[in-house]
Amino acid sequence: MIKARITVTLKNGVLDPQGKAIEHALSGLGFDGVGAVRQGKVFDVELAEGDKAKAEADLKAMCDKLLANTVIENYSVAIT
Amino acid sequence: MKSAVVLLPGLNRDRDMIAALTKISGKPPVTVWQTDTEIPDVDLIAIPGGFSFGDYLRCGAIAARMPVMRAVAEKAAKGVTVIGVCNGFQILVEAGLLPGALMRNTSLKFVCRQIKLEITNANTMFTRRYQPGQIIRSPVAHHDGNYFADAETLARLEGEGQVVFRYAEGTNPNGSINDIAGIINEQGNVLGLMPHPENLIEAAHGGSDGRALFEGALGIAA
Repeated sequence: MIKARITVTLKNGVLDPQGKAIEHALSGLGFDGVGAVRQGKVFDVELAEGDKAKAEADLKAMCDKLLANTVIENYSVAIT
Repeated sequence: MKSAVVLLPGLNRDRDMIAALTKISGKPPVTVWQTDTEIPDVDLIAIPGGFSFGDYLRCGAIAARMPVMRAVAEKAAKGVTVIGVCNGFQILVEAGLLPGALMRNTSLKFVCRQIKLEITNANTMFTRRYQPGQIIRSPVAHHDGNYFADAETLARLEGEGQVVFRYAEGTNPNGSINDIAGIINEQGNVLGLMPHPENLIEAAHGGSDGRALFEGALGIAA
């Protein structure tokens, strides 16, 4: 079995109102010097596939088809 | 004129849409369920608002991958008229039938109020019963209506007259780029909009500003 972690983040230039709100909340808690905060998503996926190259190709296809909206988001796949 | 309404778990404006289409077209629409792979011959397919699949992952993302949406895409490619309202707009965008994306409102708040819409292009089947530049009223109710498209897509939408509705007079409720409230596809037969015209079609609603949209789309006399 292969385990993987997929990270989905907003592309540069896409406004992130939630990240902005978190940024303000951190400043409010007294964490000085917090720059930009961007919110993303993490998916931990278990695969029955044993071949790493095949697994990576499948995971990328999953991102393109469902897990990420590539209009606004980037993704990265890490096999753990 | 025959119409169909797409049903998905978590939608909650389906009955409003069915009531509006029944009143305007004179006969009740057929309903199609998420697992249906075929849609009967109709003139108009409507995807109502709500929270399909609990807005999990991204609004409309899971609904867009259901079998019924492949059937909608096939019908749209054949020129059948398609309207997506609110969650229906999010589903059309996630399904790739319309460009861009709908993101969280910049206020981070759910907005539920009446706004004003400008008819930016009256030369579409959806807006032909309105005057260019006409301002109409419409309710909105959403958390993720902040339309976004990259600069190239935006220039194309604006240049080709695909921006059909714009929030007017400072009523943009969600921060959407260029005050965009509704867009059509290149072929002009698929419309997505965040406001709810189906909730303003008769005196009992407090006005009928939304009625002409459906009359135009169905090609029936005012």
